[in-house]
Amino acid sequence: MEKFAVSTRKGLFIYSQHHQKSEVISEHFLGDSVSAFTVDAGGDWFAALNTGHYGPKIRRSTDQGKHWQEVGCPTLPEESESDKKSTLEQVWTLVCDPSQAGKLWAGCIPAGLFYSEDAGDTWHLVEDLWQKPGREKWFGGGFDEAGIHSIVIHPDQPNRMTLAISCAGVWHSEDHGQHWQLACKGLRAEYMPEELAQDEAIQDPHLLVQSPSNPDRMWIQHHNGIFISDDRGKQWKECVSDVGSSFGFAVAVHPKEANTAWFIPAIKDESRYPESAALYVSKTTNDGSSFQAERSGLPQQHCYDLVFRHAFKVNRDATLLVFGSSTGNLWWSLDEGSTWQIVNNFLPPIYAIDFIP
Amino acid sequence: MTVKVTYTENLQRHIDLHSIQVAEGSLTQVLSYVFQQFPNLKHYVLDDQNRLRKHVMLVVDSNIVQSDIESVDQVKSSLHIMQALSGG
Repeated sequence: MEKFAVSTRKGLFIYSQHHQKSEVISEHFLGDSVSAFTVDAGGDWFAALNTGHYGPKIRRSTDQGKHWQEVGCPTLPEESESDKKSTLEQVWTLVCDPSQAGKLWAGCIPAGLFYSEDAGDTWHLVEDLWQKPGREKWFGGGFDEAGIHSIVIHPDQPNRMTLAISCAGVWHSEDHGQHWQLACKGLRAEYMPEELAQDEAIQDPHLLVQSPSNPDRMWIQHHNGIFISDDRGKQWKECVSDVGSSFGFAVAVHPKEANTAWFIPAIKDESRYPESAALYVSKTTNDGSSFQAERSGLPQQHCYDLVFRHAFKVNRDATLLVFGSSTGNLWWSLDEGSTWQIVNNFLPPIYAIDFIP
Repeated sequence: MTVKVTYTENLQRHIDLHSIQVAEGSLTQVLSYVFQQFPNLKHYVLDDQNRLRKHVMLVVDSNIVQSDIESVDQVKSSLHIMQALSGG
């Protein structure tokens, strides 16, 4: 049996999957917006809430959701009157250190990177990234401020980390997140004037995912298309879809086959709904050289679902792919994306899918 | 004189609160008395920069305060903490 968490505009829903059968095991934070969810190496659950009026909060459960406790939440440093005063808008992603229980990273809007070594009780801002010269060039993509949505830790060399910012490119650390360098040659920002299109600091990678089977291989679903890297994200090559739009937000990477990845295209870039109002999953099995459109089981007319960047995941052996949409539809595939089944038509807008080990 | 402090029910979804009486003073002082009793409440009411959150309102002696809490020199009898009404 597989379990996964569905983070939505109106709560957190824990699903189980056993063959073709789905079940909602539990519901949490009903009425509140859940922006991120993760499980740490010790099995504790963490949920980031965006309570709207009262700001972002983080809750922890040590008993798989039976009880939740409010823990600390990242806060931006108090700034002088003369500075632009920033307030934390959202915890956009939570990532756990895979080998150390209680160690977590939080990527936020505005683009602050925080870490906790005490299971979320206290959070520390990574000053090196927060104080980067040139930060004033960063700008928001879909939000008022730039934000960190992707954080990956090299599975064999945990000092090596990579993160992606909308809109401030891809950054790399060799000292476990304390210092960061911008490097993402090859990404292309068509929306900028030509002389700025290659500027690494203004790129909008919607999501960056590291290949579990080949950690040097990374994929990006970028505002301007699909990109692939074989040097841990420093040099990128564009992959043009031959079945339709290359625009989208989400990417899922096969856990065992680094050449295989799935995307969910939409019309770029202000419209953001499926081409011809027909939903499909775009799959490549050859490094993005070509794609196939998987439509079986997905609505092929009058469909306006958009899949947000964290709302498409594949499990550890690729026996289950799950995605959820902006209009609260949840689908899964048990055959690596060839056919899809609807799981629920009536959820709130879905922000994230996360498998629970 | 003491100030009666009350809260919107919406806030009590997140924090276990109850009405209290605190000493009168400036609004900043009165809030600090409240936060001493309910430490978790502070970050629901104030943001990272210690400003009143954008969508939180205070009703001070029947007067609505939506931003500059430091401008209120005196709270005499009541403080109600509430949120802006929301949709969606």
